[in-house]
Amino acid sequence: MTKQPLIELQNVSFQYEYTNVLDHISLTINEGDFLALLGPNGSGKSTMLKLILGLLKPTSGKVMLFGQDANKFNHREWIGYVSQKSNSFNSGFPATVKEVVASGLVKSLGLFKRKAPNQDKLVIEALQSVGMESFVQRNIGELSGGQQQRVFIARALVAKPKLLILDEPTVGIDYENVQAFYDLVAHLNARHNMTLMLVTHDVDVVSSKISHVACLNKTIHFHGFKDDYVNLTKDELSEWYGMSVRKIHSHKEEPTK
Amino acid sequence: MISSIFQYEFLQNAFLAGIIIGFIAPLLGVFIVVRRLSLIADALSHVTLAGIAGSLYLSQSFIGLATLNPLYLGIVAAVGGSVLIERLRRLYKHFEELAIPIIMSAGLGMSAIFISLAQGFSTDLFSYLFGSVSAVSRQDLYIVIGIAVIVTAFIYLLYKELFVLSFDDEYAQASGLPTKVVHTLFMLITALVIAASMRIVGILLVSSLITLPVAAAIRMAKSFKQTILYSIIFGELAVIVGLVSAFYLNLAPGGTIVVTSIIILLIVLISKKIILAVRAR
Repeated sequence: MTKQPLIELQNVSFQYEYTNVLDHISLTINEGDFLALLGPNGSGKSTMLKLILGLLKPTSGKVMLFGQDANKFNHREWIGYVSQKSNSFNSGFPATVKEVVASGLVKSLGLFKRKAPNQDKLVIEALQSVGMESFVQRNIGELSGGQQQRVFIARALVAKPKLLILDEPTVGIDYENVQAFYDLVAHLNARHNMTLMLVTHDVDVVSSKISHVACLNKTIHFHGFKDDYVNLTKDELSEWYGMSVRKIHSHKEEPTK
Repeated sequence: MISSIFQYEFLQNAFLAGIIIGFIAPLLGVFIVVRRLSLIADALSHVTLAGIAGSLYLSQSFIGLATLNPLYLGIVAAVGGSVLIERLRRLYKHFEELAIPIIMSAGLGMSAIFISLAQGFSTDLFSYLFGSVSAVSRQDLYIVIGIAVIVTAFIYLLYKELFVLSFDDEYAQASGLPTKVVHTLFMLITALVIAASMRIVGILLVSSLITLPVAAAIRMAKSFKQTILYSIIFGELAVIVGLVSAFYLNLAPGGTIVVTSIIILLIVLISKKIILAVRAR
């Protein structure tokens, strides 16, 4: 059985006010992959996610989602998205955890339908998967940053997406919760065959769980299996990024740094 | 007063229109407040004044238009203003709030010209500025009912889309919602609510009925649905108390409704403080 490509970037470039943010990017993510997207600040990671999410249109090239042109793609409910914490939400917003998670069903329900018949059950299940079911009636603004982030993951999971995109989801979360968080997403990938694309700086923590790595700095410098990435030399990495970067520690090697 | 309501048609009109507005203005107001568009509502009300003043001037100048209901041109101005505000907000991407003073001053400026052209409108204009218990006609009431049906249907049918758009704009877009269409419709609906409300509370005080009940509700409510419920309760309370006192004390209802809303808000803020202090002990 060949795996279906869920995301294909074909020679994609993006310019913002005459500056090249992304330069001829080609990248494929197949069903079941767990890809970590690495790159320094300003390397275009967030722009790339926005192109995939349809928030931006490429200057040239083509974005394909589930084998369809992204412009015509009409199954956004197949893609779950968790943005960087507190990016776009107003923490004084008067809503309960339940209301926030239920809002993740907005696309799968379709226009004019007010509620899924088993909505309460779906919301509780999504909250259970992130260990937040006891917070269902709490106000979203009362929660800590890490708890809010788990609620937003539940919002992404409630519609049972096939692909989950996470943009630096652990920024502002303390170390122990970061571990627990990656255990959770690894579980979703392994047990529920959810395809994952993760933008992160937590290379060390996540390395044992991912299957693929892509390194981005305006253009894709490396894309392949994690094991090949581990075997890259430090010089190669520095050359691509123009700066020194942490390598993934494989268990065979002594930790560098 | 109860007996007077059955006796006088004008009182029936004012009370029915008031009760309807006490429902739709805070209902829409919840979304306006959480989306931080309160000032836009205020700007739109000033544009509506230009439509009203223009219409009153036309009725005065042309005998054929003498019976034209100023609400119609008021609605046209409000809807036109909402379209213009959106255009300006997109044009000045980095200075979105600039659209508000531009539209507000344009509205007030045009109103001033129409008012001076007609050499003042005396009581008629006063009732549009600050509301009136006696000036609501049967036709006004029908227009208010029509607008209320459209507004309620809009919010009922697009509730979850409006919630997502209000809570997290970027997430709404990433979910593939037609956010631009929903937002444009939302602005048109806002224009309609402003046009409907001004007969009772007056143009200068419309935005208070949209925002003050919500300001009180937001301090009490735990959920979004509760916020809507409390806002409507506070809105209705303000309208009914305000209209009754306006009738008996012979005051402009805009004033009494707004002062009632402020009192409700103060009571909520103070009791919340007391509750928190007691709990902390």
